Amino acid sequence: MQTKVVLKKLTKAYGRRRLFADISVTIPGRSVFVLHGPNGAGKTTLLRIICGLVPATSGEVEITVDGKLLAREESREHIGLVSPELELYGELSAVENLEFFAGVRGLPFSPAKARDLLTFVGLAGRGRDLVGTYSSGMKQRLKYAYALLHEPQILVLDEPTSNLDETGVAVVAEIIRRQKDRGIVIMATNEPGEVSYGDQTLALGQPGTGHLVQGPAH
Amino acid sequence: MPWVSRGLAIWCKDLRIEFRTRYAYSALLMFAFTTLVAVSFAVGGVVLDAGLAAALLWVILFFAAMAGLSRTFVQEEEAGTVTALKLAARPEPVFIGKYLFNVTLLFSLAVLVVPLFLVLIHQTVAYPFPFLAVVLLGVAGLAGASTIVAAIVARAGTRGPLMTVLAFPILLPLLLGAICGTRTCFAGERAVAADILFLFCYNGAALAVSLLLFPYVWDE
Repeated sequence: MQTKVVLKKLTKAYGRRRLFADISVTIPGRSVFVLHGPNGAGKTTLLRIICGLVPATSGEVEITVDGKLLAREESREHIGLVSPELELYGELSAVENLEFFAGVRGLPFSPAKARDLLTFVGLAGRGRDLVGTYSSGMKQRLKYAYALLHEPQILVLDEPTSNLDETGVAVVAEIIRRQKDRGIVIMATNEPGEVSYGDQTLALGQPGTGHLVQGPAH
Repeated sequence: MPWVSRGLAIWCKDLRIEFRTRYAYSALLMFAFTTLVAVSFAVGGVVLDAGLAAALLWVILFFAAMAGLSRTFVQEEEAGTVTALKLAARPEPVFIGKYLFNVTLLFSLAVLVVPLFLVLIHQTVAYPFPFLAVVLLGVAGLAGASTIVAAIVARAGTRGPLMTVLAFPILLPLLLGAICGTRTCFAGERAVAADILFLFCYNGAALAVSLLLFPYVWDE
């Protein structure tokens, strides 16, 4: 599949406070796009706009898969999100969470696939435990399983390695490498090691100023 | 019918969580039983007028619904699971799943509360099967309208009293129809078909309008 994400003059303001303005970027397939900048610069908000969870004040996000421009609802089927703001159901086990999300996406669910996915993210043997009993690092790993369940074309990562130990960080590096072969990775981070993954990087400016610097491809 | 199967997945998930936490059902049940016991003590051995008994029954069911069903969407917002759900599911299956869950909760409440009410208030039912239809349609209407109002309330910053305030004008026609139908079934004074037809139409209209409105509430 050929995937492309185009941000056209995206502006987000809350009342008079402008978070960022006129962001225009084309993110081609098989690439990693990294957002960085200080706290409050709007990194998470920009990711949420790309995912169609928050409307932009002005501008557009165009997501194209195999030449077809997708409507917002359709585009969500091609997006996997990992974010500190996203939580899974603590009253369900990891396997039940994956079964549920496969069900609402209309995907066939197999325990074997869930087991493979959980093993890949480092949760082997813990699939039957309630998510509410997980540590923050285990919850972060499960969010990757949730995001990868439908094999999305676009993987959106907000603070991708937060709460993760060394093996978790290595898993994330592998996920990014595999996703880059399949589609697009868009991530927000301030970790220098993660910023270096970017084929394109975008530095959002100081809070409220809307200052924007677009970096060259690495 | 992808909406239905995906809606059923949400219904199953909510039921599973409710079985484990019993949060909404406890609220519904506690409110209903407390009110029921208080009313039965106040009434004592006196047999109430059919209209008054019908009104008492629906007041109990209405406020029990307000106490428990407002959590439907607020829980998703507060737990932070709403983002995962929004990305994974389209609005219509979400509404269908939540609606079915609320109907299930209220039906299971009605199964316990209505017979108990009849016993404690010493109320006889002249038309048992039409009464069953009135209760089923009334409860389904309560659940349907409560679901869309709960979705609106979940998006508001101040959630406390909003559910009852917003739901009351929307549910008033349903309550009046249900009270009227119930009174007729208790007293056996005239045909109840018109009331049942009204409740049926209310359910259809509420469901259709809710399905049209919900994507805007859910996405914007």
